Amino acid sequence: MRDVAVVGFAQRQMPDFDGSPTCVEMLVPILAECYEQTGWTRRDVGFWCSGSSDYLAGRSFSFVQAVDAIGVTPPINESHVEMDLAWAMYEAWIKIQTGEVNTALVYAFGKSSAGVLRRTLALQLDPYTMTPLWPDTVSLAGLQARAGIDAGLWDERAMAEVAHRSLTDAEKNDHAIRKGGSSVADLLARPMYADPLRKHDCAPVTDGAAALVLAAGDRARDVRDRPAWITGLSHFVDSPGLGTRDLTRAPSAANAAARLDLDGVEVAELHAPFSHQELVLRRELGLADDVRINPSGGALAGNPMFSGGGIRIGETAQRIWSGEIGKGVGHATSGAALQQNLLCVLDADNGRVGA
Amino acid sequence: MGKQLAAVVGIGQTHHRAKRQDVSMAGLCREAIDRALLDANLTLDDIDAIVVGKAPDLFEGVMMPELFLAESLGAAGKPLLRVHTAGSVGGSTAIVAASLVQSGVHRRVLTVAYEKQSESNAMWALSVPLPFNMPVHAGAGGYFAPHVRSYIRRSGAPTHVGAVVAAKDRTNALKNPYAHLRHEGTTVESVLASTMLWDPIRYDETCPSSDGACALVVVDEDTAAASPNPAWIHGTVMRSESTSAAERDQVNPLASRDAAAYLWKQAGITDPFAQIDAAEIYVPFSWFEPMWLESLGFAGEGEGWKLTESGETAMTGRLPVNCSGGVLSSNPIGASGMLRFGEAALQVRGAAGEHQVDGARRALGHAYGGGSQFFAMWVVGADKPTS
Repeated sequence: MRDVAVVGFAQRQMPDFDGSPTCVEMLVPILAECYEQTGWTRRDVGFWCSGSSDYLAGRSFSFVQAVDAIGVTPPINESHVEMDLAWAMYEAWIKIQTGEVNTALVYAFGKSSAGVLRRTLALQLDPYTMTPLWPDTVSLAGLQARAGIDAGLWDERAMAEVAHRSLTDAEKNDHAIRKGGSSVADLLARPMYADPLRKHDCAPVTDGAAALVLAAGDRARDVRDRPAWITGLSHFVDSPGLGTRDLTRAPSAANAAARLDLDGVEVAELHAPFSHQELVLRRELGLADDVRINPSGGALAGNPMFSGGGIRIGETAQRIWSGEIGKGVGHATSGAALQQNLLCVLDADNGRVGA
Repeated sequence: MGKQLAAVVGIGQTHHRAKRQDVSMAGLCREAIDRALLDANLTLDDIDAIVVGKAPDLFEGVMMPELFLAESLGAAGKPLLRVHTAGSVGGSTAIVAASLVQSGVHRRVLTVAYEKQSESNAMWALSVPLPFNMPVHAGAGGYFAPHVRSYIRRSGAPTHVGAVVAAKDRTNALKNPYAHLRHEGTTVESVLASTMLWDPIRYDETCPSSDGACALVVVDEDTAAASPNPAWIHGTVMRSESTSAAERDQVNPLASRDAAAYLWKQAGITDPFAQIDAAEIYVPFSWFEPMWLESLGFAGEGEGWKLTESGETAMTGRLPVNCSGGVLSSNPIGASGMLRFGEAALQVRGAAGEHQVDGARRALGHAYGGGSQFFAMWVVGADKPTS
């Protein structure tokens, strides 16, 4: 495998995207930030890949206009996944591994405030048997949380502790749209939203966009003194059958973790849009007790659709660039109740002697 | 680390129809997958990863269908990647699948692309009113007709050339058991007698709306060694340009020319007309054959129509184009690009049945999408690439 690092990251998160109905304008300054961080121009980017969803945009071909944000004259080497930024990054990492290109810029965007997100996401379910019933995202997560409580795997207090820690950590994150812990007891005193979920157990509906920059070998070293090397990248998907799988588990997350070296990970940025999902993931990844989870505040502090997972990777990379940590893992999820999961291990050391 | 060799060893496609009411989306995909795996002499257990592609989700009314399809595609417990690059998506999806092998990350990858347009309404899905966007609402034909008129004006092509393409492709489709439109006795005259839809595009010069899917099995060099007739991947390319830049040449887009130049260089091809034995080119409206022949470098600018008119692109010509019947005969949009890539592979594997070009050793698969702005292409060969 070639040594590839994350060398750039920019993000925007907001409760609603005021003033303009398109995501394209939001992408322009984000791409500009990536150029500023890397010292590159558009011509230095060997491959582009984006993540988005036509359903969130309420239109077909939502990525087409987004390409205009790049200003693609002359033409570019480009692709698009109808998934989170993290999977767009995966496609770009694969492209760099073929040796065809050395650099990539990936971005993703989504404007959840344009519709009713929990209802829109019901359209991800089996259209023949499930979608006509309109079971929405929050209700499905509620069933998952209840299954774990009934199985004795966690309780409402454990969920509140996740929310409290996330919202407290989010106070240090300028991008967080929900922040400010109070106390676990306070949180538990708040009303139920979708029993056993309270509002703080659910990620806020968030608009936003984000971009990551990848570079191989010396191209990465040219950009940063301490690039965040990708030493492991793995993803899997599980069955969509909500009635046929154990909702307290996420085998796809465990599968991904089993193929990676998570020893020595100091920070895990987990894409858990519901508090109990962090508890599921923590178990599936087998993380040690001293691993810091979501120091950014995580998805409970802001969860822009289709970039929320990639932002976890960017947040981890930033802590490596700054020297705060030596090794971390970023995680992204997709689908109902942790159906699809991706893990990206980032390391200040690329693991190669003499490299 | 250099690029690993990759080859196609399994190809499957569905019977394409306006409405496949006998199968669900999952069943449609599985029909293509099962044929591809059988062809490859592999089972789902042998597959390391799955890549799925389709055109906009609004075409069927399911958001991110890869999630609900995961289990029926055989992807549960495996990595699954979903690609969406407009009309070029079938080609891009095959290229991403190839990259998973060429990168050395996976050894055996299954890829499938589909469209089940009958479950919703593509015209509606393409006509959602958008702020700040010009409401064309004319369908693809209305969008592309001005490009065709511009081509005719620039090249001085006689106006029956489109009908030559349509008669050829519809006749070729009769040799393809999977083709959607099976119109016996289509002639240049009968095409010219059909209704004018978007001047100069007549009804018989347009593609149908189809339900259908295509699947490919892409494997590494060692696995390919066990196949009697692997189609080796000699080159792949994707290029995009913007929708509305004022300086765009929509008849011969720069992204198309750039892509072709990069592709031929990768595949070691200096004279595509002489060195490509069969081409599957994305021709949803008949006039795109001569237009793309020029853009791809098979003919000089303004000369593409001459190849078509002289019969060189017929099955008996020097550059057979769309022996399968092409997009003009079957158009499950998300799968149409992969069908071109798969048909090119069938040709070099000598496995195209009645529409086989004798002795085809090197073939082109081509797809485009959006407003002629996204391009995906590959060259496959019967021999291992030397460059």
